[in-house]
This record gives sequence, C-alpha cells and structure tokens, in this order.
Amino acid sequence: MTTAYTRTAVALHWIIAALVITAISLGWVMADLEFSPLKLRLFNWHKWIGVTVLALMVLRSLWRLTHPPPAPLPMPAWQRLSGQAIHGLFYLMLLAQPLTGWMYSNAEGVPVVYLGLFPLPNLVEKDKAFGAFVKELHVAGGWVLAVIIGLHLLAAIKHHFFDRDDTLRRMLRWRTG
Amino acid sequence: MMPILARWTVLPAGLATAVLALAADNAIDAGHSTIVATLTQMNVPLDAAFSRFSGTIVYDAMHPEAARAAIDVEVGSLDLGDESYNAEVRKAAWLDSAHFPQASFRSTAIKSGGADHFEATGTLSIKGKSQLITVTIAVQRTARSSAFDGSFELYRKTFAVGDPDWDKVLDDKVRVRFHLLVDNPTATAPAQISRS
Repeated sequence: MTTAYTRTAVALHWIIAALVITAISLGWVMADLEFSPLKLRLFNWHKWIGVTVLALMVLRSLWRLTHPPPAPLPMPAWQRLSGQAIHGLFYLMLLAQPLTGWMYSNAEGVPVVYLGLFPLPNLVEKDKAFGAFVKELHVAGGWVLAVIIGLHLLAAIKHHFFDRDDTLRRMLRWRTG
Repeated sequence: MMPILARWTVLPAGLATAVLALAADNAIDAGHSTIVATLTQMNVPLDAAFSRFSGTIVYDAMHPEAARAAIDVEVGSLDLGDESYNAEVRKAAWLDSAHFPQASFRSTAIKSGGADHFEATGTLSIKGKSQLITVTIAVQRTARSSAFDGSFELYRKTFAVGDPDWDKVLDDKVRVRFHLLVDNPTATAPAQISRS
C-alpha cells in the first residue's frame, strides 16, 4: 500500500482549504454588513467561491474513489476512528454547504450567476419560509465547518509537533512517477 | 388556447362589439394583475413586484385605436424580497416614495397591431420626471375579462433613481413587465348566451 497522496489529491486539499476559509470569512463579515454595494459584491463572491468548492469537491470525491489514500499512520484506534469520522464529515459538509447556500439564494428569489457570467439553474422555487429554514441550515453548517477545521488543524499540529509523525508532511509532498 | 378564445369572442362581431363597448371604462383588477421590475445586479436578475397599483384600461377590439390606459403605481410597495432592500429603495436617492409616492403611465396614442396586440405610446412618470415610451401590448380576451401583457425597458438614471455608489453593481437598465387584468362585467351574460 502506498504511503503518499497523489499530486492531484494534495492540490485539491490545499485549494479547497484556501477557498473554504475565504468563504467562511466572507460569510462571517458580509452577514452583518449594512445593505450596501459592498455587501452585494461580497455575497456574489461568496456564492462564486461556494460553487467552485462544490465543483472541486465532486472532482475530489471521484478522485478519492478511484485513487485510495495512503494507509493511516500508526496511532491509537480512537485517534484513527475520530480522524476518519472528521474526514467523512468534511466530505459531507463541503458538498452540502454550497448546496444549502445555493438553495437559500434561490428561495430568496435570487438566481446564482457563476462569476457573473454563467446563470446556474435554480435548485428551488422562490419560497420565503423555505428560505428562512435553509438559511438556518447554511449558518449552522458554517459553524460545523469552522469547528471541524479547528479540530483538523489541532490534530495536524499534534501529529507534527508532538507525535513527530508524517501526517502533516505527507500532505505537503506528493507521490512522484 | 388563448388565441383561440380571443378569436372565439371576436367572431360574433356585432354582439361582441355592442357588449364590449358597454364594458368600456374598466378598472384594473389589481388582485389578479402583476407589475414586476427586473433589476440586474452584477448580472444577476432580481425580480421585484409592486403590490399596490390601480388604473383603467379602455379597449374595444373593433376600435383599438381608441384605446386608452391610465395606471398609477405606488412606488413604496416595491418588494425586493428583503425589508432592508425595500427600505433602501424607498430613500430619497432612489424612488423617494415620501415625496413621489406614485409612478404613472398615461397613454397618448394607440396604434393597432391586429386582433391580439397594439402599440401604446404614453408618458411614463417616475420621481417627478417624465419620458415618452412605446409599449407593445398583447391582448387576451375571454368572455369575462381582458388581459393586457407587455414589457418595456427603462433606464433608472433617466428618472434620477439610484445612488452613484451603486452604479458598479446595479445596471442602469430595468425591465418592467406587466400582466393587467380588466373585468368585463357586462360582457358576462351575453357570452354565456352565445356559448349555450
């Protein structure tokens, strides 16, 4: 069994990480802004990033199904299992979060136009009550992601600096040939 | 289906003309009509409906050139789907609904385009500024009512609507589409007779 991630897997990990952290930060800031041109602009950027994450996550899921990740490094069972649970939750949330955002926008009567160029189909009809519900889901999803990103970071730091194992390093280099 | 209905009502010409002439000065049934403005922000179309408007459309299929329309729209009733947005567009820089509560359209000339549509030219007034516009209006007539459908484009800056700060995210162009239903109360009874 291989001990390294593919170059594609490593690239997708870091690109999606950067996009998701940007999207959560934008979401955090824009939600409390007064109605203004800046607010609309940030909402659009947030949506475009979300759609990009969704597309990359679909690719990433397919890639992972066809390119198994390296075997887990030796560690206590509870750490391995909780790590796997968090990774499963990441896949679920990173696919679901863009979709709830997209539905929230549509339910509020606002189509999503990717990069201001490509109108995407509406996932749901305009519906105020559903909009309020799916907004709650989207906000809660943001919190879940923030928490699991925090746990993921803490675990990476622990493995790298305390256990001094290869967990973080193998996400910083890739399989060659 | 509608063109067939329209023809069906126009065919018994003598009867229909007499009846429709009686059904002259008809009020718009606001509950079954819509006036929607489509704004475009960063290429994203946003539909905003006016919920309060009134007016009359006088239309006789035999004398379409004599048609006339007068419509008043309460600009403060524009709903963009979010109360903070609605409050913004009511401000002085936008529609200034406190000083200019109504937008209006008054037809000045009608050109017939056949049985199912006509061209209405008239004065569109928003925020105290007026512009002559021409709108193609499709007519769908049943025994009970006439529906008038159409759309036109306007440039909001023509009417001094909007803060320059918004120009980079909000298009100048606004498309307005309408579906206006006018009942023909006196047309109901004879239509039922001709149907039986």
